[in-house]
Amino acid sequence: MARTRYFYLQLGFTLLVCAFLIVPVLMSIVAGLTENFFVGVRSGFTLRWIGLVWELYAPTIFRSMYIALATLTVTLVIGVPTAYVLAKRPGLLTRLVEEFLVLPVAIPGLAIALALILTYGGFREFRTSWLFILVGHVLYTLPFMVRSVLAVLSSFNFQTLEESAASLGAGFWRRFFGIILPNVRSGIVAGSLAVVTLSIGEFNLTWMLHTPETMTLPVGLADSYASMRLEIGSAYTLVFFVMIIPLLIALQRYSTQRVKTTRHA
Amino acid sequence: MRGRENRNLLVMVLPALIVGAAFFLIPLARLAVVGGTGRLGLEAYLAVVTNRQYFEALVSTIVLAVLVTAATLAIAGIAGVFLERNRFLGREALISMLTLPLAFPGVVIGFMVIMLAGRTGLIGDLGSLLGMGRLVFAYSIAGLFTGYIYFSIPRVILTIMAAAEKLDPALEEAARSLGAGPWRVVRDVILPGLAPALIASGAVCFATSMGAFGTAFTLATDIKVLPIVIYTEFTLLANIATAAALSIVLGAITWITLAASRAVAGATAAAAG
Amino acid sequence: MSVPARKGGTTIRLVDCAKTFPNGTRALERTTLEMKGGETIVFLGPSGCGKTTLLRVIAGLESPDAGGRVLFDDEDVTGLPIERRNVGMVFQSYALFPNMNVAENIAYGLKVHGADAAQRAKRVDEMLQMMQIAELRDRRITELSGGQRQRVALARAIAVQPRVLLLDEPLTALDALLRERLRIEIDVLLHSLGITAAYVTHDQGEAMAIGDRVAVMNKGAIIQTGTPREIYYKPASAFVADFIGTMNRVRGTVVDGFLELPGGRVPWTQGGTGTLEVLFRPNDARIVPDGEAQLRGEVAQHFFLGDRTRLHVTGAADRVVVVETTEHREFRPGDRIGLRIEPDTLLKLRD
Repeated sequence: MARTRYFYLQLGFTLLVCAFLIVPVLMSIVAGLTENFFVGVRSGFTLRWIGLVWELYAPTIFRSMYIALATLTVTLVIGVPTAYVLAKRPGLLTRLVEEFLVLPVAIPGLAIALALILTYGGFREFRTSWLFILVGHVLYTLPFMVRSVLAVLSSFNFQTLEESAASLGAGFWRRFFGIILPNVRSGIVAGSLAVVTLSIGEFNLTWMLHTPETMTLPVGLADSYASMRLEIGSAYTLVFFVMIIPLLIALQRYSTQRVKTTRHA
Repeated sequence: MRGRENRNLLVMVLPALIVGAAFFLIPLARLAVVGGTGRLGLEAYLAVVTNRQYFEALVSTIVLAVLVTAATLAIAGIAGVFLERNRFLGREALISMLTLPLAFPGVVIGFMVIMLAGRTGLIGDLGSLLGMGRLVFAYSIAGLFTGYIYFSIPRVILTIMAAAEKLDPALEEAARSLGAGPWRVVRDVILPGLAPALIASGAVCFATSMGAFGTAFTLATDIKVLPIVIYTEFTLLANIATAAALSIVLGAITWITLAASRAVAGATAAAAG
Repeated sequence: MSVPARKGGTTIRLVDCAKTFPNGTRALERTTLEMKGGETIVFLGPSGCGKTTLLRVIAGLESPDAGGRVLFDDEDVTGLPIERRNVGMVFQSYALFPNMNVAENIAYGLKVHGADAAQRAKRVDEMLQMMQIAELRDRRITELSGGQRQRVALARAIAVQPRVLLLDEPLTALDALLRERLRIEIDVLLHSLGITAAYVTHDQGEAMAIGDRVAVMNKGAIIQTGTPREIYYKPASAFVADFIGTMNRVRGTVVDGFLELPGGRVPWTQGGTGTLEVLFRPNDARIVPDGEAQLRGEVAQHFFLGDRTRLHVTGAADRVVVVETTEHREFRPGDRIGLRIEPDTLLKLRD
């Protein structure tokens, strides 16, 4: 029937789009492992580019990791309680806060970075430390953590759970740590994966905020693309993929899992 | 009782408020102020319209963002609805691969474009094989366009798939029972049904393209998009005030687009955001 | 282009139609069925019995397994998708287009077929009048109540003068009172239009009220087809008997032209020997004074249902016998009671 013709057309189209996205990824992975990109795969495989990348850029890799973890910690401590407050007191004020939560995503990273430099650039110690970058990352990722936890809180009636806990004698903080937190675990995990992934890959803000002492992985990548040969840039990109692709897959698995369980509930 | 609870809640939200105020609101306010303290004073804000160079940058950025949004919505719309509705071997893997570039930074995407369309790029190879000559477009506006749709497609596809799932199949069957062929069904039932999601993700796509920096930076094209102009003004020319003013204008445009789309598409836009 | 008028109804025939889904489920067994022009046939059965699948095969939303054919009058439409069969379909969820108002919804099929604005407006008005919803013409779908939506859905389906009208549990989503009212309206409408209609429901009261014929289905197959009376009084199997109304099922032994039961014996004219399972309706067991009684028992429970009283009687048969009477008499648990059953209201159970 005519329907299957449309099916194959659409399938072909989708495969083309997929190829568009994935083929360059594969190419750069191969390039990072090839002796000579211009000669191609025939020149043989080698790990020396990766070795070089390690020599040149190892600090950036570590820095990206600990900034991501620090960002995660800060967003957890700040973001989870905020989501709880927003869920508990829906009203005009919270609508306003939610509007502001969108801003770091709406306003280009460039502008935010500029604003931070203008305001705090004068504090030398702060300006040249990794904390400056941390601030940028927290601003950018906080909305994702808050939204993730808020989404979970909106999906079940936590007020009733709290009321029954209160009737059994549990106080405010006990309820928060003992009842609320365990039940928003899925939101926290999803939010955490998002925060870490976004932080490792953040460039727009970080490029403006960084100094030669505080380079992160993406910043290093830009440096290598500009000044190093293709194989090194590819190898460096390969290292980046190795760090970020497992996280992305985990994020995908986790969000589909969550959808499946909430549908059955 | 409620008073004590309110106090506790305030304590909980205080860190976020402090961080938000100290590191976001105040700096942005300062940015706005600085924008008006340069040589031109407050007129710097109009510079984006009055100054030829800035105006061209703004227009190219907007045109690029609009084209990217249109292309992405079309591509992701077709692929997204198709993937949502059909089950076949390899579907999960396909979805995985399509949404993988979600968190790639602009620089990496620029690199991907170079892989595809640079001087030694794949498309160049294919072009020479097919006898069309070596196609190299990574460093032109076509390259930017390619890069921008590269990072937009994964995001929009996810939103479209989520919305397509919520479409009521009975509506399509009803249209078909009244004689509507596939194209009519798409036009009269599917597109109106997806409209809120299309508007919401389209606005996000537009905003992201407007503010994108890394891709343009890596591709270092002749085409100057607004974020690159801002960067140049700040770091190379030290025109802090101009850079600030232009940033505020850019931020305002993106924020207004998102706010407008939320109003138009209603609550669904915020949820999809 | 004007929509051609239909004279008489279309005959629908299904020949050897089965349906197996890609995941292996056999939703419909090989079925051959003929729907006469103008008749309303109701497909009745529990969920999962295949009635909706059958409807969708007629509609063209599902194609039958190889070898199955669907014919409209003499035309083989098996290969035609739904958009080319000219059927009218009414869904349980109404499926009204939310981006169009009432008039636009009703006009949609006409628009697709190329009718111009004037023709569409005229037909829409006719439909609005027929459904008595003229005042809803410009309303948005979201502003309508369930009953109003149902009328719009019907109007939309009928507007294009389809060859057959297919209704998939159209009243299930409405409250009981509205259901009863609309049931009558739909019945009147279908007959006044003379249109062939297939109606799917799991509600036997609805089936009996609407159908010219009822097809009882279970596990993908049609178990029995007949008029509502035939189905009710002469169920062909235990399943049909149990599904339609309440049926008493008792075990008795044939002895000398009588059926022996624990509480007495009733005349038996249907032959056979030995132990039999026999069915009869609660209202076919009359309550009589002891002298005339064939069976005797004791009232275990009584339920006053307004228009009748239902009694659960023990001792008359091997299990509880349900008796219904319209007598105004009051009963109490423990009352001794006599029953009389006409022999031709007893059904021998065939499985």
